[in-house]
Amino acid sequence: MKNLRYLKDVATLKLDQSICIGCGRCVEVCPHQVFTVESKKALFNDFQACMECGACAKNCPVDAITVDAGVGCASGMINEWLRERKLPGGGGCC
Amino acid sequence: MKIQKIIPVKQSLNIRQIKNTEDCCSAGSLPTTACCTPGTTTTEKAPCCGPATEITGGVISDKVPGFIKWLDTPAGRVPQISTKLTVQDHFGACKARWAIGRMSYIVPPGLYAIGTPFADSPVLVTANYKMSYDLVRQEMAGRNLWLLVLETFGVNVWCAAGKSSFGTDELVSRINRTDLHNVVNHRQLILPILGAPGVSAHQTAKRTGFTVKYGTIRASDLPEYLDNGMHTTSSMREITFNTYERAILVPVEIVLTMKSIATFGFIIFIAAYLANSSTDALMAFLAYLGAVLTGVAVVPCLLPWIPGRSFAIKGMLAGLAWSSCLFYLGGGSSWNITTTTAALLALPAISAFYAMNFTGCTTYTSRSGVKKEMRLGIPAIGSALAAAFILLIIGRFT
Repeated sequence: MKNLRYLKDVATLKLDQSICIGCGRCVEVCPHQVFTVESKKALFNDFQACMECGACAKNCPVDAITVDAGVGCASGMINEWLRERKLPGGGGCC
Repeated sequence: MKIQKIIPVKQSLNIRQIKNTEDCCSAGSLPTTACCTPGTTTTEKAPCCGPATEITGGVISDKVPGFIKWLDTPAGRVPQISTKLTVQDHFGACKARWAIGRMSYIVPPGLYAIGTPFADSPVLVTANYKMSYDLVRQEMAGRNLWLLVLETFGVNVWCAAGKSSFGTDELVSRINRTDLHNVVNHRQLILPILGAPGVSAHQTAKRTGFTVKYGTIRASDLPEYLDNGMHTTSSMREITFNTYERAILVPVEIVLTMKSIATFGFIIFIAAYLANSSTDALMAFLAYLGAVLTGVAVVPCLLPWIPGRSFAIKGMLAGLAWSSCLFYLGGGSSWNITTTTAALLALPAISAFYAMNFTGCTTYTSRSGVKKEMRLGIPAIGSALAAAFILLIIGRFT
C-alpha cells in the first residue's frame, strides 16, 4: 500500500503508551502496519496509514488505544448526517 | 472484508442493503439499530443498520455447497465439504460481482469439516457470504480441519466485522451452539485478520476459553500460514489494493448506479430536448453518462496514477479529462461559451461525486478523511452544479 495514501493528519487514532503492556495485538491486527512494538511498548510506525478500521482498539486488552472507527463511504455518511438532523432519506444504508 | 483472495472490500457497506427504515427497525432485526434511534450511542458503533433484510443462512443440511457426506462428532453430525469449486460456484461468484443475487449469496452458519478432521485439527473461522466460504474451502484442498462459519447475513468478513455481525457475540454464540468445546480438544481459533475490527480476542478468550489467532488477510495465504507453523509473515498482514482488486469492484458499482443514471439521465435528456433538439439531448445524456462512468469506473481503475490524495480531486481531474475528450470529439468548437463553461463545471463535479463515493470500497480510506473531504467537496460540487445550471439557463435565453 505504498502507492496509495489517503489524506494526512486526519486519523482519530490515539495510543496511551503509559497503559500499554506491549502484547503486540495491535501489530497483529492492523492491516496497514501502523504499529510496532519496541521495548515492550507499542508505538506508531506509520500513523498516516491508519484507516480507522478499529481492529487495534477492539483487540487491545488494556484499552490503551482509541479510534473513532466506522463506515467511511460518502453515501453512508450522507445518510448519517441526514439521520442526525432527522431529515428524510437518512434511513438508507450506506 | 474477510479472508478472501479477491477483496470485495468495503463494498457491501456501500450497498443499498436497506431499502427503507422500516426494514432495519422492524421487530426481529439485529441489535445494530443505531440508525433506527437517532441520537443514541452504542458501544458497537454500527455503521448503518446492519443486515438489511431478514436473509439468514438457514440451517445446515445436505444441500450446503460442496456437501460430500456427514461426519459423526461428539457434538453430532457435521457436513464434510469439498474443496473443489464447481462451475456453478464460479458462475455464482461471477453473478455476485454483477450484483445478481448478491444479497442472498449465503451459506448456513455452523461447523463444517474439510477432509477428515480430528479433535486436534485446527479450526478456521469465516463469514457466511458464499464467496468467503468458497475461497477458504478451495484453498484448503488436501487438509483436515474444521471450518466455523459465522452468521454474517451473507456479508463478507471485513464488512461484517465493520458492522460487528462478524463479531465477538456471534463468535461466542456460534462456538456454544456448535458445541465446539466437545468437538475439538484444543482451545484455539484461527480468524481472518480482517475480522479483527469486529472481534475482541481477549473477550472471546474470557467468555469461551478459546484463544484467537489472527492468521492472514487473504485466504490464498492460508496454506503457507498453516505449513509454516501458523506464523503470520509481514506480507500476510499487509492489505493490498492492486489494479485487479480495484477493477473487480467496478461492475457492482456500475449496476448500483444504474438507477440514478436512468433517473438523472432521463431528466437531462428531456430537458435538453425541450430546450433545444434531440441531437443536443443525446449529447447531454452522453456527457452525463461519461461523467458518471468516469467517477464510477475510470477513477477506481486508474486510482494510483491520478494525482492527488483526495478522491474528490481525483474525480474532478478525471472529469476534466472527460470534458476535454468530449469537447474535442463531440464538436465542442460549435458550443457557445455558456455551454462550454457549464460542461466544464458540471461534468467534473459529477465525476468528483462518484469518485468520492468509491471511498466506501477502498482498503485504505479513513472515516475522518472521508468526512473532511466531504465537508469541502459536497458544497463545492453543489455550487458547481448550480452554477452550471444557471449558465445553461442564461445561455438559453440570450
